[in-house]
Amino acid sequence: MKNEKKAIVAAGLVIGVISALLVFFGNPVNMGFCIACFLRDTAGALGFHSAPVVQYIRPEIIGLVLGACIMAMVSGEFKARGGSAPVTRFILAVFVMIGCLMFLGCPFRMILRLAGGDGNAIFGFVGFALGIFAGVFFLKRGYTLKRSYKMPALEGQLFPVLQIVFLILLVAAPAFIHFSTEGPGSLHASIWIALAAGLIVGGLAQKTRLCMVGGIRDAVLFREWKLLMGFVAIFASALVMNLILGAVTGTPFFNPGFAGQPVAHTDGLWNALGMFLAGFGCVLLGGCPLRQLVLSGEGNTDSAVTVIGLMVGAAVAHNFGLASSGEGPTSNGKIAVIIGIAVVTVIAFMNSRKKAD
Amino acid sequence: MKQVDARGLSCPEPVIMTKNALASKEAAYEVLVDNVTAKENVTRFASHQGYQVQVEEQGEDFLLRITK
Repeated sequence: MKNEKKAIVAAGLVIGVISALLVFFGNPVNMGFCIACFLRDTAGALGFHSAPVVQYIRPEIIGLVLGACIMAMVSGEFKARGGSAPVTRFILAVFVMIGCLMFLGCPFRMILRLAGGDGNAIFGFVGFALGIFAGVFFLKRGYTLKRSYKMPALEGQLFPVLQIVFLILLVAAPAFIHFSTEGPGSLHASIWIALAAGLIVGGLAQKTRLCMVGGIRDAVLFREWKLLMGFVAIFASALVMNLILGAVTGTPFFNPGFAGQPVAHTDGLWNALGMFLAGFGCVLLGGCPLRQLVLSGEGNTDSAVTVIGLMVGAAVAHNFGLASSGEGPTSNGKIAVIIGIAVVTVIAFMNSRKKAD
Repeated sequence: MKQVDARGLSCPEPVIMTKNALASKEAAYEVLVDNVTAKENVTRFASHQGYQVQVEEQGEDFLLRITK
């Protein structure tokens, strides 16, 4: 058991360093990784939404899925599975994304924002933890989306193959794929650096079961700290790496404060409510957006549906003006987050029975 | 002996089911899971509660024998 904990701390440290380096190599500040933002950018590149500043096929996503896929194939863990309430998962994922885009980041980016000194992420973290408590409340009352079943091998392989198609589209860059020329979507590390980063992090996350939601969830449910240690390790190493990069380059990578933080806003209440929705929804989905990507690479088609739901959620958020910007949240976004919390609560309640099965 | 069938369920559900089963304070339990993550998590949880766990692979499933 001790080895397991050492492994996840080591993986967390490596992931924190890679996350900070991706910013050095060109990603937006405090966005070495952001599963929500990157899925949103990819959805934009495919034309699912037309916000011109957030369109780019992010190689990190491709790498995460394929890295997890390769690692799972090597260890014999790749299994095509699915059929555990896919439509419910899809709907949950749409609202998780709406919550993330209220806050402007997934739980992974929340850690990186904290490590970059963004105080607004503290409000996000508080909401996130409360959202997880809400999810745990229902887990203890028998919440379940029921069993998954064995699927044909091809069913599990299609999502990883789709990532290869995305990679081809990214490299070939045909005219029908949209690439931002300004804004966060235009800021990115080179394709191969980003892809390699994704592959490494995907492999490590598969091996260690790293999950941002699972950390707090398991600590509350079972007094089990393994996953939380990975979470803390990412924060610590990204923070130290930001300080080192700042000292070496002369440009600060750690900027403590609230106002003027990169791709962030200062509305504490809505930062908290956005992440409350994300944390709550992710517990019901069984893992954070990063974990869903990793599971989709292992042949879990319920997670693949979840990732597609996240992408559709991003498209909905930008098409309906729900996503926040540096100026703050939108009124449509606030309404959507409230609806999201209501829908997620109903789904949690309806799927909770004292005796499952 | 109490038996738990947690096949097809993803974590943390197999661990919660195991936890609930262990509350009945019997001498032995059998938990059936079908993925490595669940196998690891149930094993870790039961060990932390002071139980011995033996793992037996049954085709694509894992049978975990949990004893005091």
